[in-house]
Amino acid sequence: MKLDNIYQEEKKSNFAKVSEIIITMASRPSGFIGLSILIFHVILAFISPYIAPYDFKAINPTLMLQAPSAEYWFGTDDLGRDVFTRTILGGRTALTITFFGSLIALLWGGLLGIFCGLVGGKTDDIVMRIVDAFLSIPWILAMLLIVSLLGTSTEVLIPALGFFYGKGIVRVARAATHDVIAKDFIVSARARGHSNFSIIWFEIIPNVRDAILVEGAMRWSWMLLGFSSLSFLGFGVSPPTPDWGLMISNARGLMSFAYWSVIAPIVGLSSLIIGINLTADAFAKALGIDRSTKAPV
Amino acid sequence: MTEIIQKVKNLSIGFKSKKGEEILILRNISTNIKKGETVGIVGESGSGKSTLALAMMGYVKHGLYTIGGECEFNSSNLLKMKNRDLEKIRGRKIAMIPQNAGQALTPNLKIGYQIDEALQLHSDLKEEEREKKISELLNKVRLPSPETIALRYPHELSGGQQQRVAVAMALAGTPDLLLLDEPTTGLDVTTQAHVLELLNFIAKDTGTSMVYVSHDLGAIAQVSDRIIVMYSGEIVLEGPSRDILKKPIHPYTYGLLKSIPKLSLAGLPQSMPGSQPQPGTMYRGCSFFDRCDFSEEKCKNNSPKLEYLEDLNTSVRCFNYKSLVNDSQVNQTVNKIKTSLQDKEILSLSEVSISYAKQKLLDQVLNRISDDNPTVKDININIKKGETIALVGESGSGKSTILKSIAGLLRTKGGIIKFDQNRNLSSDLKERDPNDLRIIQLIFQNPDESLNPNHTVEEIIAQPLKLYFGLKSDELKKNIIDLLQKVRLGEFYMSRYPRQLSGGEKQRVAVARAFAAKPDIILCDEVTSALDVSVQAAVLNLLQQLKEDFGTTYIFVSHDLAVVRAISDRVAVLYQGRLCEVGPSKDVYQFPSHPYTEVLLGAVLEPDPDIKPKLVAEDIVEEKPPQKGCSFQGRCSRILGDICKSEVPPWQITNSGNSIRCHIPLKELQKDQIN
Ligand SMILES: Nc1ncnc2c1ncn2[C@@H]1O[C@H](COP(=O)(O)OP(=O)(O)O)[C@@H](O)[C@H]1O
Ligand code: SF4
Ligand code: SF4
Ligand SMILES: [Mg+2]
Repeated sequence: MKLDNIYQEEKKSNFAKVSEIIITMASRPSGFIGLSILIFHVILAFISPYIAPYDFKAINPTLMLQAPSAEYWFGTDDLGRDVFTRTILGGRTALTITFFGSLIALLWGGLLGIFCGLVGGKTDDIVMRIVDAFLSIPWILAMLLIVSLLGTSTEVLIPALGFFYGKGIVRVARAATHDVIAKDFIVSARARGHSNFSIIWFEIIPNVRDAILVEGAMRWSWMLLGFSSLSFLGFGVSPPTPDWGLMISNARGLMSFAYWSVIAPIVGLSSLIIGINLTADAFAKALGIDRSTKAPV
Repeated sequence: MTEIIQKVKNLSIGFKSKKGEEILILRNISTNIKKGETVGIVGESGSGKSTLALAMMGYVKHGLYTIGGECEFNSSNLLKMKNRDLEKIRGRKIAMIPQNAGQALTPNLKIGYQIDEALQLHSDLKEEEREKKISELLNKVRLPSPETIALRYPHELSGGQQQRVAVAMALAGTPDLLLLDEPTTGLDVTTQAHVLELLNFIAKDTGTSMVYVSHDLGAIAQVSDRIIVMYSGEIVLEGPSRDILKKPIHPYTYGLLKSIPKLSLAGLPQSMPGSQPQPGTMYRGCSFFDRCDFSEEKCKNNSPKLEYLEDLNTSVRCFNYKSLVNDSQVNQTVNKIKTSLQDKEILSLSEVSISYAKQKLLDQVLNRISDDNPTVKDININIKKGETIALVGESGSGKSTILKSIAGLLRTKGGIIKFDQNRNLSSDLKERDPNDLRIIQLIFQNPDESLNPNHTVEEIIAQPLKLYFGLKSDELKKNIIDLLQKVRLGEFYMSRYPRQLSGGEKQRVAVARAFAAKPDIILCDEVTSALDVSVQAAVLNLLQQLKEDFGTTYIFVSHDLAVVRAISDRVAVLYQGRLCEVGPSKDVYQFPSHPYTEVLLGAVLEPDPDIKPKLVAEDIVEEKPPQKGCSFQGRCSRILGDICKSEVPPWQITNSGNSIRCHIPLKELQKDQIN
């Protein structure tokens, strides 16, 4: 039973809908924290090139491993580069690559999932099996293979990450579509003779969009972790590009005497992951989607 | 005075809205349930009847809370009791049978085991005693050979049998009070009649008090001693069953009884305008004011109190009940349906058969369907332009299947579907051209499923207009407004979403969408089954009006024989995908009838305590049509023997043009049925 009196509600503009969702998200403490962290990181990513105090690649052997000071807020690393500069720029790399990666994951995962859910039967079986087979290869090995063949440029990393993280989205989109196409409004549209395209666009997508977006948001934080692990292993972006994974990997041996060079990127990475996670969760709640049953794996 | 089992005192239950207002679902309910009586609680969806029944076992749904009042059982207030104490009462002293209780049985546990669990939980019997008790209980709910039933799994039982098991489990703790929430809704007519008869028997046999909650006055009439009528969270009428049904002195009940189609009435009953206000929308005045035929100025701002009338032993909530006390015999008037029947055939089905069987690889490769015992077979019907033909039968009889093939949604195995005498319609959508698709439109049972929840009413109705006529901007809008007007909805509905409409309004939108295509034929699949009784008549009247205006032909599928009687010109009765009887409505509803029609007619529940259902055949469910002979042989009480099992019965035609497919000669059928 819908308990709230919904009779006054009228059709809203898209802008009004989006702002209502954001307000609902922010009205929960966890959503508020998540959104704040995420917005902080996004703003930082935009302005970091302009506020970075030093050149991120300027090596200065005389300044090796300086402790944090008024001049070098987060200290310097083993090559004498400013850790603060590299940390704020590192977030920019991570956010950009994983954001576009997630978009690609959403696009192919969502469309393929909807397609499979719609056609069903043999085609669905075959496609899903291929997707499963492809993705049963441990993703990190596959990524290593791709990266070693094609290099570590952004043009390779974004689609590759997008491809590997789309699998979960295919499943969610397919399941959501399955639920929807059994409904009589789809039968009704088919009986009227609407084209498949129009059925997908007008009937299915509005009903599965929320589930797919939530899944995408969730995948984003996982992709961030994956991407940073790649860099950590030396297969992500290549030096001297500032990147959290790389920074952690470089500095981990110095942990015992130069903790600052590793703390900053760790805090950056974990706070961003937590921020995205909390935001995605609040987003799901605001849309009324119950994610508790399908934890991302 | 008889002992009171449950005392409900000034009970109010509600919830907090998003804006923080307190919204009441139940408003100040007081009533007593006496020992051994059966009380029927009737009301539309959202009137609070289930909430009341749940409160009677100390349960308040998540999101709701008790605002005031109490439910007293054994002189303690259930609503204030600790869970631990409640557990001792629930199942033992008070048991509940929810809707679809039969379907809620655990699928992978044997029936006997599940009843045993209930016994362990709700009684103090020892193991040896329990075994005996299980077969005793199964016997009591009249399941055939309890020993074998106990060893079966739920899916091996029919819907009616599952419901009986649910009743048996509820009786495990020998409760003093049995709460039943829509226990027969969703069951087939024949099964429903059987379950009600069983409940009556149990009430008499065990002396258990029952509270029977339903939206269906027909079912309530069969079981209750006393009836409580709820409207918008209040009791509006309460009294002895017979008086309430025969001389209802509240305008709502009066209107409701007038709007329910009856078997004895050909034509559409008068409809009640409007719909029940949503919780929270009523602040003052009588909640029935908008829909009341007897209202006065003072009803608008003053709420009537529930008044007890000693001489009638009835409580009523209305300022004007007096004008009904003297003259409240429900004299139903009906709007005779006008048939604009033309001689031209608009659709004919010949030798249509349809199969759901999974096809073998060879058949798939050759793109053919083979099945020697298809779900639907031998369907021959010619439908005239402007006719309303009804397909009736229990669930699984193939009604929807036939509609799907006519709509092109399901490939037939064989046979021909012809439109307008000369145009063959393929049963495959892809082979129909857009015009073939436009001329046949569908209206579904449940508008919640048939309207896309993310589209506004405007977008919903625009779809066929854009698709078939390419309408745009102003013209499109003008047409939508026009259509809304035709289904009696204002222009302001355009921007609404389906969830903002009541059930009746949603169905009107679905009707408008179907008419937007300017179709020749509309297929209606149980279009009023999901609606509240009080709006059902309004939708039926609307359909009839539109049909008269546009000369549309309806193929009307329903399991409700009274509704079919009201709206259709001709009726085709189906059993297991085979036709049993086809003829003009008035003749199908008279004897001689096919033995299956007789069963269906006998099982109809009328809102009248004097008309009891006649249970002619067992309520068993057959999985598959028989290979040979008459489709009804498995359940027919008049079966003749071998001939029925080996030969397909011939069509016999009565003087009035009614065709009956049975081996028994018409004269004999008539003689037997009238006795
Ligand atoms: N998609 C399906 N696959 C297999 N069998 C089906 C399917 N749909 C319906 N059936 C079977 O076909 C028969 C007729 O069903 P249906 O046309 O839905 O009956 P009705 O509309 O009269 O209730 C039933 O035995 C049902 O179980
Ligand atoms: S109080 Fe007035 S409006 Fe309410 S039911 Fe009675 S007559 Fe109708
Ligand atoms: S043909 Fe035989 S089994 Fe069939 S309805 Fe007639 S009497 Fe019954
Ligand atoms: Mg059906």
